[in-house]
Amino acid sequence: MTLKTLTTLALSGVLVAGTAAADLVIPDLSYRTGPYAAGGTPFSDGYQDYFNLLNARDGGIGGETVRIVECETGYNTEKGVECYEATKSEGALIYQPLSTGITYQLIPKTTADEIPIHTMGYGRTSAANGEVFPWVFNYPANYWDAASVMVNYLLEENGGSLDGKTIALVYHNSAYGKEPIRTLEALSAEHGFEFTQIAVDHPGQEQKSQWLQIRRERPDFVLMWGWGVMNQVAVQEASNINFPMENFIGNWWAGAEHDVTPAGAGANGYKSLNMNRIDADLPVFADITSMVHDAGNAAGDGSNIGSVLYTRGMYAAMLAAEAIAKAQEIHGVADVTPAMVRDGMEALEITNARMEELGMAQIGPEFSVSCENHGGSGLGIVQQWDASAGNWVALTDYIAPQDAVIDGLIAEDSGAFAAENNITPGCL
Amino acid sequence: MLYREAGDYKTSYTADSQTFPIAFDRYRYWVVLAVSFLVIPFFITDYLVNALFMPFLIYAIAAIGLNILTGYAGQVSLGTGGFMAVGAYACYKLMTAFPDVNILIHVVLAGGITALVGTAFGLPSLRIKGFYLAVATLAAQFFLVWLFNKVAWFYNYSASGQISAPERMVFGVAVTGPNTPAWASYLVCLVFVTISALIARNLTRGALGRQWMATRDMDIAAEIIGVNPLKAKLTAFAVSSFFVGISGALFFAVYLGAVEVGEVFGINKSFLVLFMIIIGGLGSIFGAFAGAAFLVTLPVFLKLIGVDLFGWPTDLVAHLQLVIVGFLIMFFLVKEPHGLAQLWRLAKEKLRLWPFPH
Repeated sequence: MTLKTLTTLALSGVLVAGTAAADLVIPDLSYRTGPYAAGGTPFSDGYQDYFNLLNARDGGIGGETVRIVECETGYNTEKGVECYEATKSEGALIYQPLSTGITYQLIPKTTADEIPIHTMGYGRTSAANGEVFPWVFNYPANYWDAASVMVNYLLEENGGSLDGKTIALVYHNSAYGKEPIRTLEALSAEHGFEFTQIAVDHPGQEQKSQWLQIRRERPDFVLMWGWGVMNQVAVQEASNINFPMENFIGNWWAGAEHDVTPAGAGANGYKSLNMNRIDADLPVFADITSMVHDAGNAAGDGSNIGSVLYTRGMYAAMLAAEAIAKAQEIHGVADVTPAMVRDGMEALEITNARMEELGMAQIGPEFSVSCENHGGSGLGIVQQWDASAGNWVALTDYIAPQDAVIDGLIAEDSGAFAAENNITPGCL
Repeated sequence: MLYREAGDYKTSYTADSQTFPIAFDRYRYWVVLAVSFLVIPFFITDYLVNALFMPFLIYAIAAIGLNILTGYAGQVSLGTGGFMAVGAYACYKLMTAFPDVNILIHVVLAGGITALVGTAFGLPSLRIKGFYLAVATLAAQFFLVWLFNKVAWFYNYSASGQISAPERMVFGVAVTGPNTPAWASYLVCLVFVTISALIARNLTRGALGRQWMATRDMDIAAEIIGVNPLKAKLTAFAVSSFFVGISGALFFAVYLGAVEVGEVFGINKSFLVLFMIIIGGLGSIFGAFAGAAFLVTLPVFLKLIGVDLFGWPTDLVAHLQLVIVGFLIMFFLVKEPHGLAQLWRLAKEKLRLWPFPH
């Protein structure tokens, strides 16, 4: 009986909170628990802190305050669905689940409910085709761009040819990890390198046999699609078998401080991609420290500020805020709806001048979104871990992917999805 | 006073051996059915169906299935997740290969395919039992998940390795896919739960159920009195896997819509369903429902109370959830080792005597 009463109380609490909302509702499907919490926590901290900064400094976006509704998913699809249903009724404007598995759940649901979903550098790559996926955005870059950027970087390092080289992909055995395989197969046919796939099962704590295989086969380069605890284990194992770290490249979800620090000096020289620059001296961090953290509103414990994934979470929040501002500008109302935010995302244009104005100069590449292209520019940089200094050093400027290959793959995959689901491609 | 046999005269053998011998129980049963079929569909929302009702109903089917195998026939199984995956992938392959056939038929067929697979993996039970059988079924769990990840034919060669349910209609209403109304997915699951529970209840009351229970209590004695262990054990595996397969098919097609085998049907799922029947009560159909309700709804209630009512940080609530659920499991098992079903039974015994103490 007590449980029942409490539940009724809780449920009515939800209803009251739901009806009182007249502000911009941003759900944050975060995960601060489970094997992927190491990555989920700083991202969510950055995401929330930026919106809190906007509330504290600018009074929200266009005069409307932002209300963040956090929901813990634990990187688990069932909880992700529960979180989606729980937050959707509160008037959620944009979803960023930070999980490819949950993204696959949400793509059909958000399309039916007409709420935009932004999967920055993860999720379903072919969603870059906005004519088939009008409610899904994955700018500024996607997995296939990442695979191509890696190959382009290796081409440059090897004098323009990878002929006869072997490249192994160590991947999380899930939709996330399997994404780049198709691109790498196409690129291997084009550039003549041998491509092998090595799967690591969720959560990735056990990788002895995979690295034994690498030790035996001695591939020239190892690429990695890892997340959570899998990254730390992989870096440690690579250092255990004395694999040359400079030939080991992770994608942008396998290149944060906490991925490499457990391996200590052994991780020195490990490379990874990044889609945004790391610069702890950006003016926006000073603002966050003074106006959010010092005011006691920090999300989490406030210790992650300036780290790789914190920066990316903040970058994601900035892109969402800019899209909302754009939507307010297009429709001339401050209290925007999810459909208006979608229009704002589709008209989004990020310039260097605007990023500088926001106190995060050069944080990402310049790009613009259109109805046909929801994928942005696809640029990525390569960074390297310096274990003695304890920081990431950017090795390159933004490297462009091989658009000709990727566009073909995107057209093929999104075309198949459209045929399967009876979608007539077109702009909304 | 209300809850008693006195005055409820049985005049035929059928009436004497019915499931609910007490009149009050019969009325309660019909009221529950009427409310679930005629009232709840009108009030159900997307949130309620996705967060509470669908997981509860689908896990209840899985728990009924496992309860037949473990609770009634005494064969410990840790392969439930793998068998649910068989149901899900069978349903997916059937849905995509025969798009014109009704989805409900596909779900039943998926159960049938799982029954075959389950029987095959049940063969070792003729030689081994107890912990050793648990390990053998654990192998099935890992093998099946590996198989669905490895062989691209099972997921129709999709780039991501995910399977996703296309939209299918029943009587002109979508029951799979994103456009499904909340009441439709609820009713589909409810129909399957009701039929499964009826079948399971009547099977366990009949000759087959008695053979299972005889095998469970002492297999050698059962064999001596003429129970064929081959038949008893393999039928238990087949019937159990049939229900588990149906729950897997519904889990994929109606509930989640897109599934990745390693994440959704991993070893955790096997343990979760096993915990459900242990907490609910081994060898009881009601126990399957009670266990599923306990483990599905409790975390959601705790979350609602912690996050929405008290405004605590979400990670704290998630951790507290583990602590509280774990503590409650221990508490119930210490207080009542035979599960919630036994508490229910005791409550009914007390009610019969009420208001008199003896």
